[in-house]
Amino acid sequence: MAKNLESNTYTVLFASGMVIIVGALLAFVASSLQEKITENKRIEKQQNILYALGVNENDETSVEFVSKDIVGAEFSKYITKQLVISGTEAVEDPNAYLIDIKKEATEAKNPNYKRKLPLFVGEKDGVTLYIVPVRGKGLWDAIWGYIALDDQLVVQGVYFDHQGETPGLGSNIKERFFMDDFKGEHILDGDTFKGINAAKGNADPKNLDKMDFEVDAIAGATITGTGLSAMLKKDLAMYIPYLKTLKQ
Amino acid sequence: MGLLSKKDAKLITDPLADNNPITIQVLGICSALAVTAELKPSIVMAISVMFVLAMGSTVISLIRNIIPSKIRIIVQLVIAAALVIIVDQILKAFAYELSKQLSVFVGLIITNCIIMGRFEAFALANGPWKSFLDGIGNSAGYGIILIIVGFFRELLGSGSLLGYKVLGDAIEKTGVYAYGYENNGFMLLAPMALITIGIIIWVQRSRNTSLIEHN
Repeated sequence: MAKNLESNTYTVLFASGMVIIVGALLAFVASSLQEKITENKRIEKQQNILYALGVNENDETSVEFVSKDIVGAEFSKYITKQLVISGTEAVEDPNAYLIDIKKEATEAKNPNYKRKLPLFVGEKDGVTLYIVPVRGKGLWDAIWGYIALDDQLVVQGVYFDHQGETPGLGSNIKERFFMDDFKGEHILDGDTFKGINAAKGNADPKNLDKMDFEVDAIAGATITGTGLSAMLKKDLAMYIPYLKTLKQ
Repeated sequence: MGLLSKKDAKLITDPLADNNPITIQVLGICSALAVTAELKPSIVMAISVMFVLAMGSTVISLIRNIIPSKIRIIVQLVIAAALVIIVDQILKAFAYELSKQLSVFVGLIITNCIIMGRFEAFALANGPWKSFLDGIGNSAGYGIILIIVGFFRELLGSGSLLGYKVLGDAIEKTGVYAYGYENNGFMLLAPMALITIGIIIWVQRSRNTSLIEHN
């Protein structure tokens, strides 16, 4: 090639050309797939909420959502009401599940902003469950989940997920052995809100004591566990005033 | 291998043992420590790296004659990152479940030293076909070590393999646990991955003494 590959002009030109080509390519891919990705995320949200409610295809140890094709129908069948909570008041909103929890949490830093708190009311096998979305921080990135409570504020099912926790350690929060431990746990001590701790060194690995506000933590995932406990404490607390009105 | 000439075949077989990227070139150690607590992520990581390295090496090799050497590292990084992100986006749109499983690995793949190392050491100086084979060979060599380490860490740390409790239930005390065996929780932490890799290096060098460096 006649061009001098080491000249500054060529280097700058090459760098600019590369940035433009790669940038355009990425922008094209992202915008042309945007619609499908958003749709997939919406479906995933419905699947997650149904999972917490106990509507899933699990066998002994697996985590299986209801299939993509029927999730829309199942969602409208099992989720009877979607509410937006404010204090002890609730307003119905048929699209509450589309509320972006992350955005709401950021907006809420502004003291004048009235945070929208979505709550999903589902009914399975004649029992009414209240599904609370939660979101917090793990070790590397965001963690989030859905907690299904009955009207006595006892956990009946959970689903957790994460953005980038360590594979094989923190990422295990979305495994059955961890999530199933939450079933039956209480979050209220009499009238005081306690939350649930992912506790190290609790002497109850089989999780027989459901009133200890603790589940067995995952070995090697201390910070993810701490973040998860904090997430439960912080986000569930916002719903407690309303949920307590159900208890009476 | 009738398809490949002897020289080409060596590009694949060499990195599997005598020129292994992890144990000999000491590349890609960070991810080998990060994802090997269980066998499954090790396998996923091995396959992902193979894909990115083979593709990336080919692309880099194709444009090797027009890359200005002053900014070659940045160019390599941009190509690796762009490839990974495009694949991730396509998976998110068409194979969402798979992309959820891989999401954690995306960052780890881009920053994997093997990728940059092979781009720099091989793809910049060789043709696309050779670079492709080199990519496959090196990622296979990387994958083998990952899977060996993942196997031992999951077996000794959690008493399971691919999630199946092969040693019995630690809490119910069945299987070998009935005889007082305990899981070694330390195996789940990164230091033991390093020690496991150290043992592999030791075994490999004591079997083939020509690999030992003398100074």
